[in-house]
Amino acid sequence: MPARNVDRTKRIIMPFDTIITALKGRFADLATSEFRDNRRVVVAPAQLFDVLKSLQEEHGFDLLFEMTAADYLKYPNAVDRFGVVYGLLNTVTGERVFVKTVLNEPDLTLPSAFSLWKGADWLEREIYDMYGILFDGHPDLRRILMPEAFAGHPLRKDYPLRGRGERHNFPVITRANS
Amino acid sequence: MPLEALDTLPDGPEKDYLWTLNFGPQHPATHTTLRLILTLDGETVVKAVPDIGFLHSGFEKLGEDLDFNQYVTIVDRMNYISPIANEIAWHHVVEKLMGIDLTPRCKYIRTILAELARISDHLLCTGAQALDLGAFTAFLYGFQQREVIYDIYETISGQRFHPSYTRVGGLLYDVTEEFVRKVRSFVQEFPATHADMCRLLNRNRIFVERTQGIGVLSKELAINLSCTGPIARASGVVRDLRKDEPYLAYGELQNTFKVICATDGDSYTRYLVRMEEMLESLKIIAAAIENLPAGAVNVDVDSKVVFPAQTSVYRTIESMIQHFELVMPNRQWTPPLDEVYGAIESPNGELGFYIVSDGTGVAYRARTRPPSYIHFATFPYLIEGHQLSDVVAVLGSLNIIAAELDR
Repeated sequence: MPARNVDRTKRIIMPFDTIITALKGRFADLATSEFRDNRRVVVAPAQLFDVLKSLQEEHGFDLLFEMTAADYLKYPNAVDRFGVVYGLLNTVTGERVFVKTVLNEPDLTLPSAFSLWKGADWLEREIYDMYGILFDGHPDLRRILMPEAFAGHPLRKDYPLRGRGERHNFPVITRANS
Repeated sequence: MPLEALDTLPDGPEKDYLWTLNFGPQHPATHTTLRLILTLDGETVVKAVPDIGFLHSGFEKLGEDLDFNQYVTIVDRMNYISPIANEIAWHHVVEKLMGIDLTPRCKYIRTILAELARISDHLLCTGAQALDLGAFTAFLYGFQQREVIYDIYETISGQRFHPSYTRVGGLLYDVTEEFVRKVRSFVQEFPATHADMCRLLNRNRIFVERTQGIGVLSKELAINLSCTGPIARASGVVRDLRKDEPYLAYGELQNTFKVICATDGDSYTRYLVRMEEMLESLKIIAAAIENLPAGAVNVDVDSKVVFPAQTSVYRTIESMIQHFELVMPNRQWTPPLDEVYGAIESPNGELGFYIVSDGTGVAYRARTRPPSYIHFATFPYLIEGHQLSDVVAVLGSLNIIAAELDR
């Protein structure tokens, strides 16, 4: 591999396990899991912003490469309704970490990551559009892919697949009555 | 995103000289359907607000209904400029989820196709960027070579535009000698076209003056805005998944190519990075086609993830059962009950999928990480303070494919 001229002076490079230990020391109730090469940190919504901020500022995870959500309404043995996943990348070491949090009705609000990454702007708008999850502190939380007058959030599992003839009158299911 | 720029202006009649221009959704320079609401001060863009979603067709919802092999026809239609890169990305993640290790021959064929897709995509992007600025010839030269790549797709799959060629654990068919011959002749002939395009554009005074210093993306902003691929590399972010997280045959072909990086981060640099990347891709193709391993193209049929050969389906009961199991909606594959993110270096940047699996052959959630979507979010930052005519110069350098943007 050719040598690369990367400015490493400004970065703190730590092995992944050290990062996890450091995070666990600061935040209680932090769970970790691993699958293939995906390493996940599961946090409560209340701690989410601080964990993200800590990962960005202290551990060099400077790129938010992915942010998505999933509706676990019909997932086998799931207890929580929504999961929101943040994928962070350290552009110097190439390490990735996923921060996951779960949400339940009626409080579908998360702190916005826009103040940390401007790239979170459209990603959060898409999650709001598709799942109806609100991001507190987002500068312009509007629908992005669906028309503004659209009712419902199409990627929720209680939203019908076919739409035509169904989308105006479908039963809304919540975790409580599922 | 509303930029702070407008808020700093005093309220009242002072703002009246600003006017609003609606750019798109049907405009030749947007190439597909996307809309920009531009706030202009004379001809200077004060603020740009993208409005997207015109081509939204619920791909991710369909991904929750179609099985792993069926959904490949949908991912084809995301970035339709390089469809095979999407297919490779999709099945790369599905195979990662199921823990399937491909055969060497399949890895090499997929690598060749991924690089052909990169050339095809970059030809369109650089050609269309030139076309938007008035240089028609380079675009046509590029398209002539794209036809050759379409011919190669047709040879392997029978489909020119949307090959749907990958399958879980392998490919639809093995490639033929004709494919090898066509790829070899492409490797021979492409550099001449590339040189023609370079001669037409690299020092073309109109092209250079309209792109140099336009739409500058700093390294910090590129990282903060989640940019990947040629756009990030033109801004000095040294990241390429082919080197950093080698997949397919890139690990073995590591020494055949370099990662093209630059630091200026303007439209012209993005053009140059794409042009140089094509030559690197060609080196990968040349090395891969000459070292194409023999052997099976699909993983072992006993792994129960691939379809058995047609003749054995007709002649043996075991193969018939296996075929049946893979097509019945209540049987199919049994991936682990977990979720996984995987990505490849697509022509446009990191093309990833996040699959949540509920243990069936249909993804419970099939999220796409679309590079076009993430790169288009940078547009308001890039165009701020430039002229109206620079909109096309910046838009062309970002390579926004609306089908991938809106999905």
